[in-house]
Amino acid sequence: MLLQIKNLHAGINGKEILRGVDLEVSEGEVHAIMGPNGTGKSTLAAVIAGREVFDVTAGEIFYKGKDLMDLSIEERAREGIFMGFQYPVEIPGVSITNFMRTAVNEVRKSKGYDPLTGGEFLRLMEEKKRLVEITSNLTNRSVNEGFSGGEKKKNEIFQMAMLEPTLAILDETDSGLDIDALRIVANGVNKLRRPDNAFVVITHYQRLLEHIIPDFVHVLFEGKIVKSGGRELANELEDKGYDWIKKEQE
Amino acid sequence: MHTDIKEPITKERFINLFEKNRKLLTANNSTQLVKIRENAIACFAKLGFPDTSLETWRLTDLEDSFSRGYDYHLRPLAELDIQKVFRCNIPHLDTAVIGQLNGWYVSKDVPLMELGNGIIMGSLAEARKKYPQLLEKYFGTIADDTADGFTALNTAFAQDGVFIYVPDNVKSPKPVQLINVIHHDENLFLQSRNLIVVGANAGLSLVHCDDSYNHQASFSNIVTEVHIGSHGVMDHYKLQNLNNSSTLISSVFFRMEASATLESHYISLNGGLLRNNIRVLFNGTHDNANIYGIYLLDNKQHVDNQVFVDHAYSDCTSNEIFKGILDENAHGIFNGHVLVRRDATKTDAKQTNKNILLTDTARVNSKPFLEIYNDDVKCSHGSTTGQLDQDSMFYLRQRGIGEETARMLLMFAFADEIVMKIAIPQLRQRIEDMVKKRLQGELRICEQCVLHCSTPEQPTDFRIDMSRI
Repeated sequence: MLLQIKNLHAGINGKEILRGVDLEVSEGEVHAIMGPNGTGKSTLAAVIAGREVFDVTAGEIFYKGKDLMDLSIEERAREGIFMGFQYPVEIPGVSITNFMRTAVNEVRKSKGYDPLTGGEFLRLMEEKKRLVEITSNLTNRSVNEGFSGGEKKKNEIFQMAMLEPTLAILDETDSGLDIDALRIVANGVNKLRRPDNAFVVITHYQRLLEHIIPDFVHVLFEGKIVKSGGRELANELEDKGYDWIKKEQE
Repeated sequence: MHTDIKEPITKERFINLFEKNRKLLTANNSTQLVKIRENAIACFAKLGFPDTSLETWRLTDLEDSFSRGYDYHLRPLAELDIQKVFRCNIPHLDTAVIGQLNGWYVSKDVPLMELGNGIIMGSLAEARKKYPQLLEKYFGTIADDTADGFTALNTAFAQDGVFIYVPDNVKSPKPVQLINVIHHDENLFLQSRNLIVVGANAGLSLVHCDDSYNHQASFSNIVTEVHIGSHGVMDHYKLQNLNNSSTLISSVFFRMEASATLESHYISLNGGLLRNNIRVLFNGTHDNANIYGIYLLDNKQHVDNQVFVDHAYSDCTSNEIFKGILDENAHGIFNGHVLVRRDATKTDAKQTNKNILLTDTARVNSKPFLEIYNDDVKCSHGSTTGQLDQDSMFYLRQRGIGEETARMLLMFAFADEIVMKIAIPQLRQRIEDMVKKRLQGELRICEQCVLHCSTPEQPTDFRIDMSRI
């Protein structure tokens, strides 16, 4: 098993957001986490990634058998955890090339590999750009600066392709995308699927799941996973909305 | 009495010194120059050295700097083997290098160079002998001795420094590098005076470095007068990499005739106490001045940037961007004053100051200030001071970049907004390198902005040795 979350409670500034999440993800699987706004989906992603503003008050997260709580943000990333951001951060002055080269080489260094040479790195970047259908000169620009919503999300998938994570958590990567961008993002994910990696796709809508076929669908509601099922659960949610979940919980 | 030994800096000391050396200081001076000196020392006697009771010096206390004893020489010391010092260069940067040691022009047997295109550059003292009319026309007409006691003192004693003259319609084919090196075995007080004249429709790119060579304390009072003729263009860089025991009061006065263009950059990488007085006078319409500054401080370093732009005529544009990163107990000050006079319609003036404080004990005082007496203007100012952006830190670290490297990347990106405005590519590369080294704590004070002989140029990158953390 790749990821095992047990009874996870977490919050921010004393306010509890996650109230006992249980989730298990194995290699080769795609999980979708759905749910209404404000139920803790993004918090769950951030806590797995190690964001320090959130306090984990109870529960455990194991990743490849290791207790994630012992690892810093960058150590988790180097172990193969990737988070696609709902709102990718603009970083003026840092080029994507410099950013990715630093990231790739720091990950390599942590594994005892030599850094990629300039030539090797550029070849890798060209290959991954093709994979996610980036044709523009995006990579010479500052990270996300002045990017359109679609460009930002494509850039997330590009970074994911560069870093080849074992566990990718995509936090509402589909929000704000037109159908073409959505297709490109979904294609990127599908091309990166391997028997030894896994994806957790957080989404508000069923739309993305027409392109990325999940093995499991979970509904997060008020800080707990209240329902799990196959991909048909996504269709049911699309038809009925979240109200019936709310009613069931009452 | 050409040398005054180990005395603290006081008003009386310098007034006495002037009285005792009047003959030496005014020897071979024109009547006009004698008059300028006498007026200046009278002005100094009235003003004295500034203290914290003055608004523009409120946050810069010189008492500690003053109290150290300094030697002051009214004749140049025996020259070191300065040839070695000035042989080096920024790789591939083809420049004319001129140097000063302890405030005196380093002649290399040619005190004044006269180039085929009419450009003159070299020692101010020599120019005074050879081109008295030129000196008379410009010297002391741009600097304002009433601005503060330091300028008046400098004018009274002005002996040597650098003179550059670019005649009308001539563009200097190479950037000129002016290097001030301080090197002495005792604490040293020094003054130098520079006069730069860029003629009408002329062009000059000047890289002006203040460097120290050892850890001895020094106190420099440097005044630079710059005249830019109408349609003249000047690209100016002031780089400061001094040791932590040094105090530098640098005053640069620009006077711009109509339709002139100025880009002036202040890059403060190191220094004990650095004060940059930057004064720009638009003396005609359609002038354009961009003034950029970056200061990277730690320890107890102190940088005080005082920028005054006088929009005396209409249709002029000024833009100030100053950025600082302050660590440990450093203190940064930005005081920007834009004066828009009554007739200065269509003025466009911007002031921006941004700071990152890395510790709770680092401090910044930022005061952008617009004084406007005309309604038809476009003026804005802004100032921010904060920590490194935590969202950006999380983003970088989530990609596997270590915390320390992520901090470096963000700090460098912050500084790079200013560095990237350097128009000379080789210089920009060099400064980028120096900024990276500075942020990584690897910049040595003996590493001059141009003098880098011992090791070949190595691009610095951000991968850092984790074992050292």
